[in-house]
Amino acid sequence: MKKDLVIIGGGPAGLAAAIAAKEAGVEDLLVLERDSRLGGILNQCIHNGFGLHTFKEELTGPEYAARYIEKAEALDIPCKLNTMVIDLAAEGGRKRVTVMNRQEGLYEIEARAVILAMGCRERPRGALNIPGYRPAGIYTAGTAQRYVNIEGRMPGREVVVLGSGDIGLIMARRMTLEGAKVKLVAELMPYSGGLKRNIVQCLDDFDIPLKLSHTVVDIKGKERVEGVTIARVDENSKPIPGTEEEVACDTLLLSCGLIPENELSESIGVAINPATGGPFVNESLETDREGVFACGNVLHVHDLVDYVSEESSQAGRNAAAYLQGALAGKGKAISLRAADGIRYTVPASIDVSRMGETQTVRFRVGSVYRDAALEVTCGGRVLKHIDKRVLAPGEMEQVVLKRSELQNIGNSESITFSVRTEKREV
Amino acid sequence: MSGRREFVCIRCPLGCNITVETENGGIKSITGNTCPRGADYVTKEMTDPRRTVTSLVRVRGGELPVVSVKTAGDIPKDKIADCIRALKGIELSAPVRIGDPVAENVCGTGVDIVAAANVGQA
Amino acid sequence: MYDVIVIGAGVSGCAVARELSRYRLRTAVLERACDVCGGTSKANSGVVHAGYDAKPGSLKAKLNVEGSRMMEALSKELDFPYKRNGSLVLCFDEKDLPALRKLYDQGQENGVEGLEILSKEQLKKLEPHVSDRAVAALHAPAGGIVCPFGLTLALAENAAENGVEFRFETEVLKIEKTETGYRIFTDRGTLDARAVVNAAGVYADRFHNMVSEEKIHITPRKGEYCLMDRKVGGLVSHTIFQLPTVYGKGVLVTPTVHGNLLAGPTAIDVEDPESVNTTSEGLEDVMRRAALSVDDLPVKQVITSFAGLRAHEDGNDFIIGQAKGASGFFDAAGIESPGLTCAPALGKYLAKLILEYLPADEKPDFIARRKGIPSMALASLEEKKRLIKENPLYANVICRCELVTEGEILDAIHRPLGATTLDGVKWRTRAGMGRCQAGFCSPKVVEILARELGRDMSEIRKNDGGSRFLTGYDKDGIDG
Repeated sequence: MKKDLVIIGGGPAGLAAAIAAKEAGVEDLLVLERDSRLGGILNQCIHNGFGLHTFKEELTGPEYAARYIEKAEALDIPCKLNTMVIDLAAEGGRKRVTVMNRQEGLYEIEARAVILAMGCRERPRGALNIPGYRPAGIYTAGTAQRYVNIEGRMPGREVVVLGSGDIGLIMARRMTLEGAKVKLVAELMPYSGGLKRNIVQCLDDFDIPLKLSHTVVDIKGKERVEGVTIARVDENSKPIPGTEEEVACDTLLLSCGLIPENELSESIGVAINPATGGPFVNESLETDREGVFACGNVLHVHDLVDYVSEESSQAGRNAAAYLQGALAGKGKAISLRAADGIRYTVPASIDVSRMGETQTVRFRVGSVYRDAALEVTCGGRVLKHIDKRVLAPGEMEQVVLKRSELQNIGNSESITFSVRTEKREV
Repeated sequence: MSGRREFVCIRCPLGCNITVETENGGIKSITGNTCPRGADYVTKEMTDPRRTVTSLVRVRGGELPVVSVKTAGDIPKDKIADCIRALKGIELSAPVRIGDPVAENVCGTGVDIVAAANVGQA
Repeated sequence: MYDVIVIGAGVSGCAVARELSRYRLRTAVLERACDVCGGTSKANSGVVHAGYDAKPGSLKAKLNVEGSRMMEALSKELDFPYKRNGSLVLCFDEKDLPALRKLYDQGQENGVEGLEILSKEQLKKLEPHVSDRAVAALHAPAGGIVCPFGLTLALAENAAENGVEFRFETEVLKIEKTETGYRIFTDRGTLDARAVVNAAGVYADRFHNMVSEEKIHITPRKGEYCLMDRKVGGLVSHTIFQLPTVYGKGVLVTPTVHGNLLAGPTAIDVEDPESVNTTSEGLEDVMRRAALSVDDLPVKQVITSFAGLRAHEDGNDFIIGQAKGASGFFDAAGIESPGLTCAPALGKYLAKLILEYLPADEKPDFIARRKGIPSMALASLEEKKRLIKENPLYANVICRCELVTEGEILDAIHRPLGATTLDGVKWRTRAGMGRCQAGFCSPKVVEILARELGRDMSEIRKNDGGSRFLTGYDKDGIDG
C-alpha cells in the first residue's frame, strides 16, 4: 500500500493534524489508531473544561473528541482502528510503516510523509522506585480513570494519590464523586504539577488535603494494598526520618509524570530531546528526519488539549506543504536555546524562510517564579520581554514571535529564552 | 466586621491570585485580577458558587457499560452530592448520543443532565 | 492414594515431577499459590551458573555443572528462553587476584569448561562498558541466562501433559506418617501418598521437621533487584559478577533473556517467609553496588524493582534425598543459588532415588517435547505473518510495550495449567512487563480473563488470595 501521508495516532493530535492536512489539499492520507475508537485518551477524560480556547465553550473530553471525529468523518478521512504500528523505517526518501490488525493481518505502507501523534504514557511505580510490597491496588491515575469512566468499575474504596499531576487531581475528584474516600494527595515537589483550577475544583472543593513536599516511602499489604507510609521530604527530595505517617487505604493512585511514547520515532532514527522526551523539531514541527513531523503529547506533554489541536493543525498544514513541495529545502536555521529557568523550547530551531507570519514557541519553566519575566534575547539584544506574575512548571508557556522580529538574525545565530527574576520561590 | 479571602481564578489558565477584602458581609475590594472575569469569578465564589458536574450512568445494550453525563449548566456547589445521588439507578438504552436527555431539573436546580459522549449499540 | 506427592510447584518440585512423569506413577503437585513458580523460584537473577562457585566434591557442585550442561538441550526440548551469554567475575584489586585464581582452580576441579582469566585489556575488549576499576576477570563462557518462570512453567506443563496432577491454592498444613506412606492434610482436604517430595522453598524446614528426627532450619534470605528498560539491555552482554571480598558478596549486572538489564541482589536474612517487600535502603544499595561494575549505569531506566527470598539452610548446603528416620520422604530443601541451574539435574537425581524406593516402569507414551506460547515480539516478519494467518488474533495487540497480542494471551489462558490471573498472563506472555508496567494493557487483560474464564471482571485477581483489582461499581458507596 502507498500513501502520501500516514498519521500515527487517532487521538486529538492525530485527528487535528489529519483534518488540517486534508483541508490543505492532501487527499491520499490515512490515520492509524491502535484503540477501538478514535479520540484517544480524551474518551476517558469525562470531566469538563476542554475547548475554551478552540470552541469558546467548556466541553467534556468525549465531547471535544467528538467534534474532531465528526469533522474527520465529514471530510472522509480514512482511519484504521485496532491497528498497531509495529515498525517505522526510512527507505530512501520514503517511510515504511509496518502495521497489523485483526482484519488485514500484517502489512507495510509506504508513505511520503508521516506525522507522529502517538501521545504519551504514565510513569509507572517501578520507575519511581517506591519500596514495599507489590499488591493489587496500585494504579496509575490514567488506568484508574479508564476503569471508572469507561468500564464503570471502581478500582478502590479508600485512596491515596501520589503526585499532583492533572490526571491525579481529576481522579481524586472522580473517585470522590463516585463514592470513594480520597484521603490525601501527596506531592514530592514543594509545588503542584497540576493546573490551578484543578487544585481548586478537584481538591479544595472536596476538602482533600494536598501535602506538598511529601512522598510515599512504603506500601503495605501482600495481596491488596492495606496502607501506605508517607513522609515529608527535604529540599533534595529525600524523605526526612521521623516524619513518617501511616495512612490506611486500599488503593494508591500514581500521577507522577507523563512520558512521550517515542519508541517508534526512535526506530526511524528521530533525535529525542532529553528535556521533553519528545523529538527535536524545527519551526515546521518536522523532526530531524525529513518528512517526519510530530505533534501533541508525543512531542512534549501539554496541559491543555486546545494547544494540542492548534499545534497539530500546524503539523498537518506543514506536512501538506512538504508533500506539495512548498516547504522549501532546509536552509540554515536559528537555534533556540533554553536557559535560566526554561527547560526546553518547541520548536528547537526556526528557519525564517520557512516560517509563517508568526511562530508560536512553547516551553516550560523548571520551578515556580513570582513577579518574573520571560525574555527572548539574541546576542545582547532583547527581542521580547514579557512580565509574568507567576510561572509554574505545571503550566505550559508560550511566546509568539513575528517574522519581522527574526528577519535580521543570521541563520547561524541563536536566540535565548530565559526567566528574568530577582525572586525565585521554592 | 472586615475580612480577607484568597482565591485562585480559574476562568483561564493564567490563574490570577485574587484577594477579596470584605466588610460587613459585603465585598469591599477585589485585587489581583488581570481582567473583569477575575472579579466576576470571585464575586460568584463569594455569593453563589456553582459547578458543572460530570459523572456516569449505566447503558443497556451498549458497546460500553456506561456513558458519561454532565449538567447542562452550572449547579450550586452544595448540590453536587445530591446530583450524583440522583444519577444512581438511571439506565439509558443504547445508542446514546451527545446531548441526549438523562434527567430533567436535577435536584430542583432547574438544570438538566445530558449525555456527554456517544455510545453505540453493542 | 498417590504414589508421589510433591509439595511445591517451584522449579525443583516441577523438575522432579517432570522426571517422575516418565514413569507409571500417580503423581500430584500441591501448591499453595495459584500458579507455578510463585515463590523462591520466581524472583531471582535468572542466571545459569557455570559451576565454579560450589565447593569441589559437593553435591551442589555436581548438580550445578550437570544442570548447566543440560540447560541448552532442555530449553530446546521444552521451548523456554535460555541463552548462553557467558559470565565474568570482576576483580577490583590486585590484592584479590589470588582469590580470583582460586575461583578459576575451583571451576577447573568442578569440570567447568572454557574458564580463563582475562587481563584488564582483554576484559575491556570483551565488555567495553565494564568499569575501569576492574583489574582482571574470570571468564566463564559456559554461564548463561534463563527465564526462571519460563523454565518452571515448561517443566510443569510437560509434567501435566504426561499425567501429573497439579493442585493449586492447596496449602499443606500437616503431614503424618501412615502404614503405607504419608497422610497430607491440606486446606482442601486430605491426601495419601506412598512417597512425598518436599520442595517447599522457604517452608521446607517446616515439613521436614514434621516427619524427620533430624531437624533443619531454613532462613529466608531476601534479595532485592532493579530491572531496567530494554533500551539499555545491551549495555553488557555477559553476566557481570563481582569477586566476593571482605566487603561482601557483591551484586551482579546482567542482561535478561528478554533483553532487559537486571541488577541485584542484596542479601539480608529476614524472619518473615512472606516478606517479599523491597526497601529504599535495599534498592539504593543494589544500584550503588551495581555501579561499581558498570560505567554509566542507567539508573533512570529502572522500570520496576522486586524482592525474592532464598531458602538458606543453616548447614549451607542443599539437602537432597530421603530424610533421616522418614523413609519415603524426600527433601529438596535449602535450594538456594544455584538452585535454578541445578533444577534439571536435581530432578533426575531425586527421581532416581524415588524410583529406587518405588520401582516403576517407564511409560512408552511419554511426551518429551513441549511447545511454548509463540512470541510475536520475537518472531521474524515471516513467522509473524504465518501466525496471523493461522489465527488473526495474533495481529490484535494488547500490550503495546512488549508487543503481546490477544492470540498469545488466549494461548496462555487455555493451555494446560493455564493462566487465571493477571500475573499468570504476564509471566507467560510478558503482557505488562514493559516500560508502562501494565498501565495500558491491564484493563484489557482483566476483560479478556473475565470473558475467557466466564467470570465477572471483579473476580479477576492480580495473583494470590485477595489480590482483586476492582472493588465494585461506580456509586456503590452512595445511597441512592
